[in-house]
Amino acid sequence: MNDPLVRIPLGDWARDVIAWLTSTLGALFDVVGDVLRAGYDGLTFVLAEPPFWAVGLVLAAIALLARRSWQLPVGSLIGFAIIYGVDQWDNAMATLALVLVASAIAIAIAIPIGILAARNATVSAITRPVLDFMQTMPAFVYLLPAVILFRVGVVPGLVATVIFALAPGVRLTELGIRQVDTEVVEAGHAFGATPRRILRQIQLPLALPTIMAGVNQVIMLSLSMVVISGLVGAAGLGQDVVRSLQSVNIGLGVEAGLAVVILAMYLDRVTSAFGKRSAVERARASAKA
Amino acid sequence: MAALRAEGVYKVFGRRPAEAVRRLQAGATRDEVKNHGTAAVIDASFEVEAGETFVVMGLSGSGKSTLIRMLNGLQPPTAGRVVLGDADLSTVSSKEMRQIRQKRVSMVFQHFALLPHRTIIDNAAYPLALQDVDRTERRQRAGRALEMVGLSGWEDHLPSELSGGMRQRVGLARALAADTEILLMDEAFSALDPLIRREMQEQLLELQETLGKTIVFITHDLNEAMHLGDRIAMMRDGQIVQIGTAEQILSDPANDYVAQFVADVDKTRVLTAGSVMVRPAAVVTSGAGPRVALREMREAQASAAYLVDKDRTLRGVLRDEDVVAAQRAGSESLVDLTRDEVTAVDVDAPLSEIFAPSAESPLPVPVVDARGRLVGVIPRVTLLEAMAPNDTSGPDTSSGDVAPEPATGPSTTDGAAS
Repeated sequence: MNDPLVRIPLGDWARDVIAWLTSTLGALFDVVGDVLRAGYDGLTFVLAEPPFWAVGLVLAAIALLARRSWQLPVGSLIGFAIIYGVDQWDNAMATLALVLVASAIAIAIAIPIGILAARNATVSAITRPVLDFMQTMPAFVYLLPAVILFRVGVVPGLVATVIFALAPGVRLTELGIRQVDTEVVEAGHAFGATPRRILRQIQLPLALPTIMAGVNQVIMLSLSMVVISGLVGAAGLGQDVVRSLQSVNIGLGVEAGLAVVILAMYLDRVTSAFGKRSAVERARASAKA
Repeated sequence: MAALRAEGVYKVFGRRPAEAVRRLQAGATRDEVKNHGTAAVIDASFEVEAGETFVVMGLSGSGKSTLIRMLNGLQPPTAGRVVLGDADLSTVSSKEMRQIRQKRVSMVFQHFALLPHRTIIDNAAYPLALQDVDRTERRQRAGRALEMVGLSGWEDHLPSELSGGMRQRVGLARALAADTEILLMDEAFSALDPLIRREMQEQLLELQETLGKTIVFITHDLNEAMHLGDRIAMMRDGQIVQIGTAEQILSDPANDYVAQFVADVDKTRVLTAGSVMVRPAAVVTSGAGPRVALREMREAQASAAYLVDKDRTLRGVLRDEDVVAAQRAGSESLVDLTRDEVTAVDVDAPLSEIFAPSAESPLPVPVVDARGRLVGVIPRVTLLEAMAPNDTSGPDTSSGDVAPEPATGPSTTDGAAS
């Protein structure tokens, strides 16, 4: 260990790359950082400024929309009341804003890449190892370069979260499109549809349940990473979790942690309920109507 | 001009398809080029006439599905040309290819390939939607197509609510709605159970009678091939081994493989009266007298003769005893002597319809054409013989040391006829 025959200076290279990025593309990173921060600020304003009950009701209404039953909205309301009761509401809304911004960006990147990968074997072969890397590299490792590039605060947390959460979105989009019955796609070609039309009218609608499973995964991974990014100063529940760690404050840790769990359950149930409504089922519903 | 033409078409999947084709063209076998790729179709050439039903028949892995996919460009050939009317598919742009697929060639798929998230009417109207036909017109035309296949009233259901046979009718309606001159059917009825399959075959034949499409039909079921096809291409290991009508393939198989294949066919449904009939032994025109009739019978060594008009319209059968009696009585006319004991059969009738007349009649069954003219007769022995399995393996399996001459069909019947 002490004296290896060959020492690959990978660490030095990584440092050099980051240093080079900061010196040459610093302006670009500043712009990206400003855009991300603006998005986060705007969303936090919408979520945290109105009174707690108003936001809670809107979120419960979204749950009702996703699944036409009373359990999910009522359960959500109880959950939100608990969050409010342990005085984590503002933090929870900040975290929710982070999750939504990060997920939106991750999905906006992941789905087009997934589509490309499904249609092109080369793209698929290139993305696979990259995704492996992004998904398995310990999350903390992203945070360091992100902090160097974007300075401490919300932005490095967002960037690290997007990278960390991207993979399942790409993978499940690719899988979903590849799983669409080849004969049905062939039928599109055989009757003279353009590839774009086949994508829009056949592949995407039929792959939607799988793609939505990917979206659900992206959101859940975002949430877990957003909490970790409390380490680099991202606002929200993560900060209280980190603070409770540093000051061995069990009470605060449990309260913030519970708020994370409630938020996670809400996001998971709502997105998976939206995802289960496949194109076929929606067609059936409208045919019956 | 042929509606569809394939010229020396090859399709090789794998790493070095061009090299594989070069070797195949130089005479290498499919196995010898294995390292360069999998040869799915080897040197396929054929023409399909407008209005014809052309069946490609082969077992799974024979390359027939690949072949049909090259006819509408879903698979580009590795070598060779596919010409659709006046368009060479290997030279058209992808935009022109889409035009061709929209206007000139449609397809029916083995597993129906309906859009599961669209209603039946929207499925049938799908090709029209792709052609940007406006909504009212395409509903109308799709509705007509659904009516043709007997699915009126199901417009607003989803494919998952229909049985397999009904779904394939939607598949057929979709292809008909596109109103293309060429219809490709890829194992279209293979996923259906036998009764439904039979029903669909009949429906296709009925539709074809009024629509007169050019159909290329892929199947692994020889009975289906024989039932539907005007001509059949037999495929094996990527190669077309024989092209011909059902009767040609049955009666003159190109090689042992085809012969073995057709051994199981229910020939009575495929072979027609015209394909097994022989020349009538004794024929008398209605102007002749009893003496002429008796001479005819004597020369043919027959106890009866067929009485025809000058244009060979069949009038009936004369028995020797009746003619002799008439001659004794001094009668000159033969027309009153005919008996009704023999039923004539149409030249296009399948053998299965000839058993009854043949069993009832002591004489060979007369065969007439559409205008009632006598064109041949079928002696009972010929009928039995046509049903016997083809002897493909030569004399070694037949009973011992038979001389080459006897027992083969044509020679016996010719002997009796001439």
